[in-house]
Amino acid sequence: MLDSAMVVVFPGPATATGEDVAELHLHGGTAVVSDVLEALTRQADVRLAEAGEFTRRAFSNNRLDLAQVEGLADLIAAETSSQREQALALAGGALSSFADLWRMRIIAVLAQAEAGLDFAEGEADVAERIAEASSSVLRTLADELDALLIDGKRAARIRDGLSIVVIGVPNVGKSSLVNALSMRDAAIVTPIPGTTRDPVEVSLNLGGIAATLIDTAGLRETADPVEQEGIRRARARAANADLILHLIDPNDPTVTRAKNVWIIGNKIDLSPHFASDVDYRISARTGDGIAAVGTALLAWAQETVRPGEPALLAHARHQAAFSDAVISVRSAAEATDDVLRAEDLRRAAHALGRIAGRVDIDDVLDMIFSQFCIGK
Amino acid sequence: MDRYDVVVVGAGHAGCEAASAAARAGARVALVTLDIADIGTLSCNPAIGGIGKGHLVCEIAALGGVMGEVTDRATLQSRVLNRSKGPAVHGPRAQVDRKRYRSAMSEMLRNYPRLEVVIAQVTALKTEGDTVVGVDTSNGIITASATILTTGTFLGGVIHVGDQRTGGGRADASASSLGDALRKLGLPVSRLKTGTPPRLDGRSVDWSRVPMQQGDVVPMRFGRQAGQHTPQLPCGVTRTNAQTHQVIRDNLHQSALYGGHISSVGPRYCPSIEDKIVRFGDRDGHQIFLEPEGYDDFTIYPNGLSTSLPPAIQSAFIATIAGLERARILRPGYAIEYDYVDPRALAPTLAVKSIPGLYLAGQINGTTGYEEAAAQGLIAGANAAAKVLGRAPIVLDRANSYVGVMIDDLTTHGVTEPYRMFTSRAEYRLRLRTDNAPRRLTPIGIVHQLIDSDHREEFEKEIVDALDARRLLDTLSASPSRLDAAGVAARQDGIVRTAFEWLRFPVMTTGALLAVWPEIARLTPAIIESLRVDSKYASYLERQDEDVASFYRDEHVEIANDLDYRTVAGLSHEMMGRLVAAKPTTLGAASRVPGVTPAALVALLPHLRRVR
Repeated sequence: MLDSAMVVVFPGPATATGEDVAELHLHGGTAVVSDVLEALTRQADVRLAEAGEFTRRAFSNNRLDLAQVEGLADLIAAETSSQREQALALAGGALSSFADLWRMRIIAVLAQAEAGLDFAEGEADVAERIAEASSSVLRTLADELDALLIDGKRAARIRDGLSIVVIGVPNVGKSSLVNALSMRDAAIVTPIPGTTRDPVEVSLNLGGIAATLIDTAGLRETADPVEQEGIRRARARAANADLILHLIDPNDPTVTRAKNVWIIGNKIDLSPHFASDVDYRISARTGDGIAAVGTALLAWAQETVRPGEPALLAHARHQAAFSDAVISVRSAAEATDDVLRAEDLRRAAHALGRIAGRVDIDDVLDMIFSQFCIGK
Repeated sequence: MDRYDVVVVGAGHAGCEAASAAARAGARVALVTLDIADIGTLSCNPAIGGIGKGHLVCEIAALGGVMGEVTDRATLQSRVLNRSKGPAVHGPRAQVDRKRYRSAMSEMLRNYPRLEVVIAQVTALKTEGDTVVGVDTSNGIITASATILTTGTFLGGVIHVGDQRTGGGRADASASSLGDALRKLGLPVSRLKTGTPPRLDGRSVDWSRVPMQQGDVVPMRFGRQAGQHTPQLPCGVTRTNAQTHQVIRDNLHQSALYGGHISSVGPRYCPSIEDKIVRFGDRDGHQIFLEPEGYDDFTIYPNGLSTSLPPAIQSAFIATIAGLERARILRPGYAIEYDYVDPRALAPTLAVKSIPGLYLAGQINGTTGYEEAAAQGLIAGANAAAKVLGRAPIVLDRANSYVGVMIDDLTTHGVTEPYRMFTSRAEYRLRLRTDNAPRRLTPIGIVHQLIDSDHREEFEKEIVDALDARRLLDTLSASPSRLDAAGVAARQDGIVRTAFEWLRFPVMTTGALLAVWPEIARLTPAIIESLRVDSKYASYLERQDEDVASFYRDEHVEIANDLDYRTVAGLSHEMMGRLVAAKPTTLGAASRVPGVTPAALVALLPHLRRVR
């Protein structure tokens, strides 16, 4: 006798893995659990599951598709509430059904094009009904897909986090700002210019939205090859950033304004006067003005990511599939040859089919036969 | 008792092609038919080819088959369908003279080396253990190392007209005992249905009320023999109307189909007129083609009027159609139900996997259409001969032919309705064209000894000419300004292109081509046209090359024949069931079995063998 427990048996295939599942509900406690596990694994054909095995079984039994498996992985890795919401939607099949919806829209047009190729002459009432595969319809379709892709960047930001890069000349106080915002000493702060060489990354949780704050090497002319490399990396990070915090101090000359750049005047404890117009005035050393920057970042993150609004194309794989589809649909719109148009649409449907399953010619034929009266 | 290498049962399109292919390959062949007059019978519409089907006929011809040449000898109207579409979907089609087709096929086969036509009724399969060793016939036993069944709709055929039913494939004796024999051998046999329209007396049609459709001015040929073209006959085109539909709707309950007499599945793309009215009632009319059945035959085949209504109702609705007001029915239309064998029981060679010595081809495998049947016949015949003579089997694939697409579809997916060829079934449609069928398939035919020496020499010369032509067009080049100087209005983008690259521009007519490069005059128009298509599709073909390469990677990974799927770790019961049912021979085929997941394919990996 190990424990008095409840056993629940779920017969397949309507289970999470598609196989028969049994659950033992034990009274908690390390000894009970470990003794029961030991007793079970002593049986010849019983072993512990390997990491991810239940998911793999669910996948191989068609209970989950590829996008759902990816969603499950995201869910387990989710750190913020917005990441969790998005992963949950993915795991629940939201993207799969969404991609399928688009795939079926493309297949509907493809079916028109294929019907025109296989049945047009005399055999059916196809010819007068194939207006749908027209170029303007395809262009509209491509525009709509493009809009999705643009929104997809938002999804990627939820999943991967926003990136905020701090730049400025050496010793302007970048590392101090990073430390003040993240409230921990992630970057080494010294009075020696050029202390930071590799970009230092700090995770921020901006009201449930993940963000990475990146401290970079100060931008200056230098002969030190290591520092040169650090500066090159700093510039590369800045180019891909969602937001740049450009830090200046009262001695700096005028700096130019750009999109997605906040100019922050530091060291107001030394002098309140700056050569440029600044968005925020702080003293990273005393903490003056830091709270205002933090509040502004929170608002900016909410506005950029709009958590709560569904955004699906978070993975590069999903974006690539949609972007392949757009390219093919645009090419179909411009095709002068009906066969090539159908070829492009096949590619487009296939690209979206990659997200969850695959394209089957039967889908196309079913659509043809339901729409047209085929046959002499 | 007679002994042959291969015995073919049935002399329809599959049977004729099977017998001739086996004989070409070097086997001694018996072709058994009930009646000598049945050889090459066109049991339904009097036409060969069309979209997708025309591809099959060209592929058959490229493999040395007989259908194309016989068609050429019987053509009464020739048309390339889809001319306004891209060249990949052009569909050569011939309306043929029924009697001429039969007599041309009969003459060709009776003079075929190593082939003997045997008039007899086959009553049973002869077996030794689990191996088929020939057939019992009304005239004695015929033993053979391989037996090919091409019995069409004769297996368990039941004809329906209204509530009347009669046994027999078409109007003759049925071969139900053979069907039972197949069931006893454990083959999965089920029912399908199809139908045919009534035949009309052309003398009773008011042709003044019917617009006529002519054939192409320059008729095409499927085969290699030049020969004289006979004068072309036109087809009439008329339509059903609201009145026609009303008559049919009012009497729907009397149709065999809708009166509950038939439950088996018919083809969606060849619906009866009842189907059209029920499923597409919103249409104001459906086109009807009035096709002549021969030069000296007044029978008219009203294509589009397939029906199983009682004869009186058939007369009534036909009388509502323009031009057919007084049309006399020579023979009413009917629906037919018949047995077919689930083609998943077949290997890609069309051999029955579980029964050594037995091959199946044509409608018995769940297909419809003369061309589909003939193409399977050729493959079954060639493979039966190869097996008997100890040679390698011939297996075509999805990347090299429509024949390959069809056989792969049949053997991996099975059928739910009579299977017809469509160009949309071919993933590699751009490269599977009628103009390049010889380039794709004749070399394979040569390897498998299906091509006679004349054909081979002709092909080799063509190939040399084609390569030479391509080389010439690759060497010649010109700038847009040079084209302009020659009077060809090209876009002045300053890019120098080869003659081959220029060929894809619509402005490059053959006249323009010759104006710029007079030396091209030595190429034949056919070669220039073929190169034009290659040029036009070049960028797509290159992209598809990657897909084809990956297709072949999977296709060249074999799954052991005797693999016990129960021993494959990580394979679910569902996947196991699907794979056992389909028994795919390659990883590629496994990936096309419906419902098989990528994960199941991964689970198979340790059990695979890479070949070549």
